Amino acid sequence: MPFIPHTKQDVAEMLASIGAASIDELFDEIPAELRCAGLPGVPEGLSEMAVTRLMHGRAAQDGFWSSFIGAGAYEHHIPAAIWQIVTRGEFYSAYTPYQAEASQGTLQLLYEYQSMMAGLTAMEVSNASLYDGASALGEAILMAVRAHKGEVKRVLVASTLHPRYRAVARSIVANQGIELVELPYCPERGHTRTEDLDPLAAQAAALVIPQPNFFGILEPVDPLTDWAHAHGMLAIAVVNPMSLALLKPPGQWGRAGADICVGDGQPLGIPLSSGGPYFGFMTTRQSLVRQMPGRIVGRTVDMDGRPGFTLTLQAREQHIRRSKATSNICTNQGLLVTAATIYLALMGPQGLKEVALTAHARTRALVERLCALPGVKRAFAGAYFHESVLRLPTNTEEVMRALRAQGILGGHPLARDYPELADAILVCATETKTDDDLADYAQKLERILSRRREAPPCAYKS
Amino acid sequence: MMNIPADLKYTNTHEWVRLESDGTVSVGITHHAQDLLGDMVFVENPTVGRQLAQHEECAVVESVKAASDVYAPVAGEVVAVNDAVEAAPESLNKAPYENWMFRLRPTDPTQLDGLLDAEAYRALVSAESH
Repeated sequence: MPFIPHTKQDVAEMLASIGAASIDELFDEIPAELRCAGLPGVPEGLSEMAVTRLMHGRAAQDGFWSSFIGAGAYEHHIPAAIWQIVTRGEFYSAYTPYQAEASQGTLQLLYEYQSMMAGLTAMEVSNASLYDGASALGEAILMAVRAHKGEVKRVLVASTLHPRYRAVARSIVANQGIELVELPYCPERGHTRTEDLDPLAAQAAALVIPQPNFFGILEPVDPLTDWAHAHGMLAIAVVNPMSLALLKPPGQWGRAGADICVGDGQPLGIPLSSGGPYFGFMTTRQSLVRQMPGRIVGRTVDMDGRPGFTLTLQAREQHIRRSKATSNICTNQGLLVTAATIYLALMGPQGLKEVALTAHARTRALVERLCALPGVKRAFAGAYFHESVLRLPTNTEEVMRALRAQGILGGHPLARDYPELADAILVCATETKTDDDLADYAQKLERILSRRREAPPCAYKS
Repeated sequence: MMNIPADLKYTNTHEWVRLESDGTVSVGITHHAQDLLGDMVFVENPTVGRQLAQHEECAVVESVKAASDVYAPVAGEVVAVNDAVEAAPESLNKAPYENWMFRLRPTDPTQLDGLLDAEAYRALVSAESH
């Protein structure tokens, strides 16, 4: 759909009406040195036909892979009904409406979303979403520091948390003088242990616990949550929402439950689409609701007692509190939340459980097949959800490249983020993978590995 | 008519201050402040023991319309907070001068002399409303 905001004539009429001779004159209050002379590197506009052709070409570069990479973004089947409904005109906007209360349908959908997320995580309240999982963690850390009245500016983070989440959180909180301390993990089992944490128990505002962690391994969330509370910290849970169909929800971790729960909503009906956009979610306890960033939709009754929906707890938002707002996030990922809400409604608790169970079973089957090959073995003994770290007997980058040449994205090499796992890859299989897909992967990997055993690559050719 | 008791001190950020017999000062928000903010829904007090600089942000009062900072009228240590106003924020609307929020032990009692008296505060409020 072409979108042309105003014609030359519109512009001329508007300038005439306000008494400016030209656009340049309109902006002449802005000193010349602050104005951007041009946009080097940004090409001239293209026609619709040319853009369509360009984008089809770019899309084709994505290729058609059999992907066994998870590492934070997961390939799940998305029922066709979801995006059919999401793209209806009534829903087709990323924004909560500016005249929010006039859009009862949108508010009701967000209210349903909040109710589902609160239920899934067993927490008392949910906001209407954040940008993505990693920035939601940044917000959770700021929230934990606020909950300590800003007096404790130190937060402990498991190093088994997704490396990009740690980087994003650091970018967000570093300028506020908040220190993130990374925790060691058990090299045998691949998770955090409370006994390793005691030397670090000096004052901190929160402990960040991923579940499952970046290695796919389940963290001992009950003792970790209790340990955090025993040391005056909040427990921040970073979870894959799909896993909660099987695992204990954060609201039930330990004796008192986690205090803040965040994660990325991508597994719930959002396509991989080269890395985004996705959406972040955040749920918490009632007692922390005033420290929670973002919008919250509430259900109420109007003057005549009829039920309706409204934005609530806005007093700490940007349009009222300005620079002192709980967050600079003034909008959210409404469109993706719409998709997730429809996904959850379509699947239901049982459907979600079946998807999660199938993904777990497929990953187990994959791990079994791959570990039957000589030299391939699991790096960690801990229980896992739908991802696993496998050590390979030869250079992981080369093996991944050889698999890619045969149409398979074999896994995510860990060397860059975990030097001690330089010989390891992170693999994932969801319900989208059939037994044939698993067999195909195992067979191709076997051929690649056996060729390398017979003729190890000598010098680097080329 | 604006209620501004003659026996209290005031700040230009709309806190009232009462010197107690034990040398501490009680701090609350004025009738004018609660009138501007509207129905109170939440009060967040400082922690007891915290050292405050004069004019430091130390508490938040939240109404249905806005959340607003409360500033320390003088430097000092927080020696008590009024849990009753946290439990019933609407008490700040009903009786703003009976319901103090927190008490400070002033570091420098002469700072009290620099605060506004009732007459000066009345002039400030009437200037702001024109």
